[in-house]
Amino acid sequence: MLTLLDKLWSRHTVHQEPDGGPTLLYIDLHLVHEVTSPQAFEGLRLTGRQVRRPDRTWATLDHNVPTADRHLPIADPIAAQQVDALIANCKAFGIPLYDLHAPQQGIVHIVGPEQGLTQPGLTVVCGDSHTSTHGAFGAYAIGIGTTEVEHVLATQTIWLDKPRAMEIRVDGRLGYGVTAKDLVLGIIGRIGTAGARGHAIEYTGTAIRALDMEGRMTVCNMSIEAGGRAGMIAPDDTTFAYLEGRPHAPRGRAWTQAVDQWRQLPTDPGAHYDTTVVMDAAAIAPQVTWGTNPGHVVPVGARVPDPQDETAERALAYMDLCAGTAIEDIALDRVFIGSCTNSRLSDLRAAAAIARGQRVHPRVRAMVVPGSGLIKAAAEREGLDEVFRAAGFEWREAGCSMCLGMNPDILQPGERCASTSNRNFEGRQGSGGRTHLCSPAMAAAAAIAGHFVDVRALARTPESAS
Amino acid sequence: MEAFNRHAGLVLPLDRANVDTDQIIPKQFLKRIDRTGFGPFLFYDWARRPEFVLNQPQFAGASILLARANFGCGSSREHAPWALMDRGFRALVAPSYADIFYGNCFQNGLLPVRLTEAEVEELFRRAAEHEGYRLTVDLGACTVTDDFGFSASFEVEPHRREALLDGLDDIGRTMAHASAIAAYEAAHQA
Ligand code: SF4
Repeated sequence: MLTLLDKLWSRHTVHQEPDGGPTLLYIDLHLVHEVTSPQAFEGLRLTGRQVRRPDRTWATLDHNVPTADRHLPIADPIAAQQVDALIANCKAFGIPLYDLHAPQQGIVHIVGPEQGLTQPGLTVVCGDSHTSTHGAFGAYAIGIGTTEVEHVLATQTIWLDKPRAMEIRVDGRLGYGVTAKDLVLGIIGRIGTAGARGHAIEYTGTAIRALDMEGRMTVCNMSIEAGGRAGMIAPDDTTFAYLEGRPHAPRGRAWTQAVDQWRQLPTDPGAHYDTTVVMDAAAIAPQVTWGTNPGHVVPVGARVPDPQDETAERALAYMDLCAGTAIEDIALDRVFIGSCTNSRLSDLRAAAAIARGQRVHPRVRAMVVPGSGLIKAAAEREGLDEVFRAAGFEWREAGCSMCLGMNPDILQPGERCASTSNRNFEGRQGSGGRTHLCSPAMAAAAAIAGHFVDVRALARTPESAS
Repeated sequence: MEAFNRHAGLVLPLDRANVDTDQIIPKQFLKRIDRTGFGPFLFYDWARRPEFVLNQPQFAGASILLARANFGCGSSREHAPWALMDRGFRALVAPSYADIFYGNCFQNGLLPVRLTEAEVEELFRRAAEHEGYRLTVDLGACTVTDDFGFSASFEVEPHRREALLDGLDDIGRTMAHASAIAAYEAAHQA
């Protein structure tokens, strides 16, 4: 009786050191972006090593890139240097790259699944902690450091200690207006930001099964914020339906064979998890963070809690908030809808459903940044860009944008932002900026009201119910 | 990678839990394409305040960072250990570290020592009490000691310990398994 983790692990073991030592694990898919790769390529060059499997390596530009005026050269010379370095490295080592002018360009964790590169049963690595996103397909997907990027480029393997297996079982149904984002924030609120340290999380239960692939990716994405090494969801018909026909998915007979194999992946009944956490989906309300780590989270109807420790006290000071303030009374300057957590088509639809026919509050500057060029095009075909623009949101090109403030999209010191991204660390979106994490619908509603509101109180429309 | 055997040095007490890698080295400094030169930007936002520990003259030249639980959480950026090392740190002492950061330290010859909460508490107390407080971290013996009778042992995964003692680079070690990798690829049509 094996868990999904056991199966993925044993199928990729090249070599096992004795006595509980590390495993040399084969890597099926290596995703590369501009920020964490230049030193790795430089290392290869210095040692005269080659990329072992350029055909299993894919690169995209996302972290540094401007999300406006793409026809102009990148204004920041150091960012431009990093972008140019990736383009040159991909060329030199024969690695496929979606550059700034490719229609598929976008955030690495959006592009992999969208292109069908991410598949059940694979091992996936990337020099980025949110690689856990790809686990939504039943893959073992982890973020790695730059030295490990170099190691995978050179050997297509990585040395890893097998993590412990944690089951997070969520049964029941999410309420109206409650999304995958609220679910994962609720989980982090429950287990804490180090709650899954040393573990690979497998999400199970009826509420997880009921999520579409985009929602599953949102949940797995933030596994790292719960301290997990990876997050996974066993593949099922929802997974296969999403994948079928994608550019890199198997076709014809190969597809049928692949699906047969993928059906073997789910955890065997009765298999042992080292830790199990059980949650009730119906008890989860829309969530908003109030502090400086994702565990500082409460339901939208709650108040900023009394600080329980020094970290929380410091967080309140940084966020310029007082304990006891109602979340709905927190006024905002900026709204960011985007990032690898929440920039897929369903996220944009949920936000547009709230924004339709409304106006962004005069004090608020709001932007919507699709996760990839293809999502942007699909949203435009549905007229979502028009909905956003008419409501006063900025509609921008694909990239990480204000998720991390490494490109021109940043918060000014003291600005307060409702953000659909995944990290509310001090200065994450710009030095001195204050971030409140929430779902796309909650962010859109906050943009219009100028402060947080409970989306469940807004009129039900077919789109906003998704 | 630089080998690590035994290191004695001045302690910098950073009395905060959940220090994330965005704090260790903020994103605006990640655009360099080298592994060096990150040191001046270590804890950049905090360091802009003159009273921040890193700015206090009595800690100049510190090489052992004492911190609280879950140090290095957040982004996978290896720039965090690069910045710490570039600033002269060789060892960290804390109750726990985030997983990716922990692994990244070993890749660069920076030793993240795990002691118990109580031991770390005691070290903070001693660092406050004694000016110029120093520790000795011995990877061979797996101990942390001071000049006033403190002694604690720590655990470290044997393979990480050996690699760090030898200063061995992982790729070289993996190349010894080249035929196993080729056999895996042949068997899995990978
Ligand atoms: S969107 Fe944010 S979290 Fe995701 S890859 Fe980009 S910077 Fe990282």
